[in-house]
Amino acid sequence: MAKVPLPKEKWSGAITSTAMGDGGVRLGGAKGMPFLSFEDPDLPLPLLAGEVVDDLEDFPSIVLDFFGEDAEDPASWAQRWRGMGADLVCLRLLSTDPDRRDSSPEEAAAVAKSVADATGMPLIVYGCGLPEKDAAVMEAVSGALAGHRSILAYVEEDSYKKISSAAMANKHAVLAFSNLDINLAKQMNILLSDFGVQREDIVMDPLMAPLGMGLEYSYSVNERITLAALNGDRMLQVPMVCDASQAWQVRDCAEDEEGMGDPVERSAWWEFGTALAALLSGADMLIVRGPYAMQLIRGAIEDLGGGA
Amino acid sequence: MPTAIEYFKFLPKTNCGECGHPTCLAFAMQLANQKASLDECPYVDEEAKRTLQESNAPPVKGVTVGAGDGSLRMGEETVLYRHERRFVNPTAYAVAIPDILPEAELRELARSYLDMSFERVGMVFDLDMFAVFNASGDAERLRAAAESLVGMCSKPLMLIGAGAEDLRPAAEAIRESRPLLYAADEDNVSPMAALAAELGLPLALRDGTLDGMAGLVEAARKEGAEDLVLDLGSDSMKHILESNTVARKVSLRRSFKGLGYPLMNLVGSGEEGMMMAMLSTMKYGSLVVFDSLEPQQALPLMTLRQNIYTDPQVPIQVKEDLYPVNGPGEDSPLLFTTNFSLTYFTVRADIEKSRIPVWLQVVDTEGLSVLTAYAANKFGHEHVAAALEASSALERTSGPVVTPGMVAKMSGKLEEALGRKVLVGPMESGSLPKFLKNLGV
Repeated sequence: MAKVPLPKEKWSGAITSTAMGDGGVRLGGAKGMPFLSFEDPDLPLPLLAGEVVDDLEDFPSIVLDFFGEDAEDPASWAQRWRGMGADLVCLRLLSTDPDRRDSSPEEAAAVAKSVADATGMPLIVYGCGLPEKDAAVMEAVSGALAGHRSILAYVEEDSYKKISSAAMANKHAVLAFSNLDINLAKQMNILLSDFGVQREDIVMDPLMAPLGMGLEYSYSVNERITLAALNGDRMLQVPMVCDASQAWQVRDCAEDEEGMGDPVERSAWWEFGTALAALLSGADMLIVRGPYAMQLIRGAIEDLGGGA
Repeated sequence: MPTAIEYFKFLPKTNCGECGHPTCLAFAMQLANQKASLDECPYVDEEAKRTLQESNAPPVKGVTVGAGDGSLRMGEETVLYRHERRFVNPTAYAVAIPDILPEAELRELARSYLDMSFERVGMVFDLDMFAVFNASGDAERLRAAAESLVGMCSKPLMLIGAGAEDLRPAAEAIRESRPLLYAADEDNVSPMAALAAELGLPLALRDGTLDGMAGLVEAARKEGAEDLVLDLGSDSMKHILESNTVARKVSLRRSFKGLGYPLMNLVGSGEEGMMMAMLSTMKYGSLVVFDSLEPQQALPLMTLRQNIYTDPQVPIQVKEDLYPVNGPGEDSPLLFTTNFSLTYFTVRADIEKSRIPVWLQVVDTEGLSVLTAYAANKFGHEHVAAALEASSALERTSGPVVTPGMVAKMSGKLEEALGRKVLVGPMESGSLPKFLKNLGV
């Protein structure tokens, strides 16, 4: 009988692997294209971060209905995620926005600490998106989470020094954001390395455009980044984080509209589709908003990872 | 593709000129450039033709299923990653229709699937095929069901039955509609392939192992069946990913001949079915067959297919028009942006988030983003004014016109051209909700 040859690649590079939290969780470490066990027999499984916000204004009701009262308290919300198999907590300190509650860096840091203490899980922490406020908030968060290695998000080309310094001060990792372009992603990692951030402490976010809103661009940028990293480009060999929760920005995700079926299930598939595209193109970690999507994605990773 | 020298080897080298080219070498070079056909030379023997045609075969054979309006093309893929060129023929989605249903119910079920259609960014998404399943075990019922479906729509059919004799009456009856026969396996490959060859129909082969499949392909071709679709099994996502990847990769790299055909997956239904369908869509599946599919599943799935099969070299463009967002009225602000889809989607999503009613004018910039279009002189005040004129936007609202912050420079000239107050919006679309709230309209 004809014997089909296994088209195994000889990759010259691998993604860095780094311990998070108290060391029990490892991020990165892929040695081949996603989930191909013939390229890497003991492939590491991507990590899942469950999203928690500290200000519920404008947050989708489908998610809030599921978490109920626990959504009022970030620590309780994070514990629910732990029960559902999340590896990390993605904490967004939206309340620090001057247009929201304008909470202080100290208040925000206390929230981050409460989440870490309650769950023992590593965190990826975002501020409100205003560079100056975020820098102050991340400085406080870095100290509050000292000894509990987390990811501070995020730094960009024109504002990275303060948050990178805050991360380095307490051995946290930093999330390098770039806008849908392999060269910008690499440039960002070089910038951070030159600034003194160790490669093991860089995690990148090349911007995962959600399903129906440019997903194809991200799918290809991610694939190109992953291929370049495996082919030996050291400055792209850092773990990739993709934010699947952006699926909820798309109108068709959760809108209740005639002919489009049940919005609760549809929103789960919208986020799942975004997540699966991210996983197949090289994501080492995902940020997930929906509880039903979390179960689906967890199931897919277990199946693809060979556990099923 | 053979080179000119490879072609030259098989030519008579007499430079007789009967092919219309001055020399054999000149002819060979035209052949290599695909500007001439081997048939033009009367002296090339059949053996040579076959050898050359085989090395000329596309790495993944193109197969047509169905006929006329609804016919589908599968295969013909040339790359492993879409950024290398593009994925060519989008994954087709089929749903199963069991032949045990009474005629009226069968038509009703088919009708409900035909009605499941969505419009997104100016494109219509719907199901592509019906898979008529011989649940009754009665070949005549399969035929009746197939004829009934062919009578009500132009969607191609797949006929699912246990063996050639179960499929024959239906296949003969709707032969003109070019159904896909499913499936030949190691037990029935000879009669199934013979039936497909006799009727000239495409045939699906089913084997869960790559080696077994390679053997089936050989056996089917021996019977004369050439239009093949391969079902490598759908036991798990892992199996689909690895089997489809290996089959596609060895075919594209030409390290193994015999698996260069469109791939298909039967995914069942429910959560597992959807997960496998999304995977197959991204990883080389040409056809996905469901037991059933709900609208809340179909819309995200078909959106994924549209995304993945977009040509990376052609930016998706949104039609130049005036788009109402959040139900605007006659004093709502009038924003404008480019027709590059990513820009449009982002701006639109940010406006939606603000919940403030806005008129959004899309200006045709040939798919360029704001700054690029401005630099390329495709997004100047005159282009904006012309677009607003064409859509009668200024008659729809007396509200202020808002330029993207990136092109603040044009605001003065635009104000002159329009005779309407022009405000400068934020640099980043993400700041639009705040900007719009502060407008206080």
